[in-house]
Amino acid sequence: MSEPSTATHAAKEASAPPPGAHDHGHDGHGHEAHDPIHAANPHLAHHFDTPQQQFDAGKLGIWLFLLTEVLFFAGLFCAYTVYRSMHPEVFVYAHYFLDTKLGALNTCVLLISSLTAAWAVRNAQLAEKKMLMINIVITIACAFTFMSVKYVEYAHKYHDGLLPGKNFQPKEQIWELKSFRDKHPEAAEYAERLAKLDEKKAEAPAAAGATPEGTEGKVAEQLERPTEEELEPLLAAGLVGPRSLDPSAHISRPRMAHVFFGIYFFMTGLHGFHVLIGIGIWVWMLLKASKGHFGPNYFGPIDFTALYWHLVDLIWIYLFPLLYLIH
Amino acid sequence: MSESKDQGPASDPEGSVKTVETTATEAEASELELSGKPKPDEPKKDDHGHSHEHGAHADGHGHGLAHTMPLPLLFGVLGALLALTIATVAVTSIDLGAQGNLIVAMIIATVKAALVCVFFMHLLWDKKFNAVLFLTSVLLLILFLSLTTNDRGEYQHLVDEYRAQQLQQK
Repeated sequence: MSEPSTATHAAKEASAPPPGAHDHGHDGHGHEAHDPIHAANPHLAHHFDTPQQQFDAGKLGIWLFLLTEVLFFAGLFCAYTVYRSMHPEVFVYAHYFLDTKLGALNTCVLLISSLTAAWAVRNAQLAEKKMLMINIVITIACAFTFMSVKYVEYAHKYHDGLLPGKNFQPKEQIWELKSFRDKHPEAAEYAERLAKLDEKKAEAPAAAGATPEGTEGKVAEQLERPTEEELEPLLAAGLVGPRSLDPSAHISRPRMAHVFFGIYFFMTGLHGFHVLIGIGIWVWMLLKASKGHFGPNYFGPIDFTALYWHLVDLIWIYLFPLLYLIH
Repeated sequence: MSESKDQGPASDPEGSVKTVETTATEAEASELELSGKPKPDEPKKDDHGHSHEHGAHADGHGHGLAHTMPLPLLFGVLGALLALTIATVAVTSIDLGAQGNLIVAMIIATVKAALVCVFFMHLLWDKKFNAVLFLTSVLLLILFLSLTTNDRGEYQHLVDEYRAQQLQQK
């Protein structure tokens, strides 16, 4: 497909060069118009000698850009590392609110789009115009799927009051969550009993007029000492303090729980923003591809877009276990 | 597809330049076949023209500015990535200790990242300088994280003292 089209381009230029080819005629380098390499490569910018030089320069540029991207995200990964080392219980607590299935689905969607992106580079190199366009369309479709799943997740968090800072007002208690109940059924039941006890304790003094100590002692008898299975997950999630071996201890969510959602929204938000930008660039590439611009001598833009896309995928590869798969 | 094969001097109006290149590429391709250089990941003949190293082709501008990824390899890498994704989800249900699960998850993520870098981003066939650039970013990231965590660890006793004070006040 490409060769005939390249040949036509070349033939056109030999007789009447397209406007682009004339640009460098104005800068006093008249000889370039007769440069056979530039004449044969309509997409070779006049400041490059060969397509190879142009390609290598572009490649160096995109890798430098990816380096800055890694450092850009490094700040957020640093915040994550510091907060997780300071408050591990917050991360254990909060991860029950995330849907691992949706996270895994998005991981697969991004991986598949990475394949189609890499395949698109091959198509561009081999000038397979139709397959190139198909692969770009699949990549864009995967990107939209990813953003749709993200939208579902964000909407769910908004409705459940799982937002950063002051807006963190979860509607559901962690022991009411399916993800927690499935994993730690005993702990969930114990937490429920403990929570009911807390409620009673709060009501009891007013009703009976008894001293708090007396009431606590009385109610505490109703709750046996927790077993290892019951206590361990609650300790890990920071729902009870280490003193909770004392059955009269109360249950509450970790104080810094909202910080997790600050980190979650910033990391996934910045990543999602990159996906959106990626969609824009892929649409641009689709337009260029539809005009048959790409072939063995000119596929840099597709390659560079794919490299950017792979980096977005790379970051998600780390975000997924760090946010969704906390043990 | 075999489009890349139909490149011939006949279709080329700028004959002199391109003919030389095409011959050079063909020579290299046949050299590859003759030397029996192991390229198991390249099943199609028309991939051979692209498989030579950059250095040998530094000034090439006719055919293949970079390595072309064979499709079986691309799909193999995707398969491995999906399998590792399943593995990393599955391993979460196994208790490996407070840090154990995190370490295993990070090792799996790093293997996945390496697969993406080496094959999807074709760093394996790219100029080594680009790989050095990217590894530099990883090095800077590690420095950033380790220096910060180190520094934070230095002040852990202050945090502990403050919390103990607060508990006492209660």
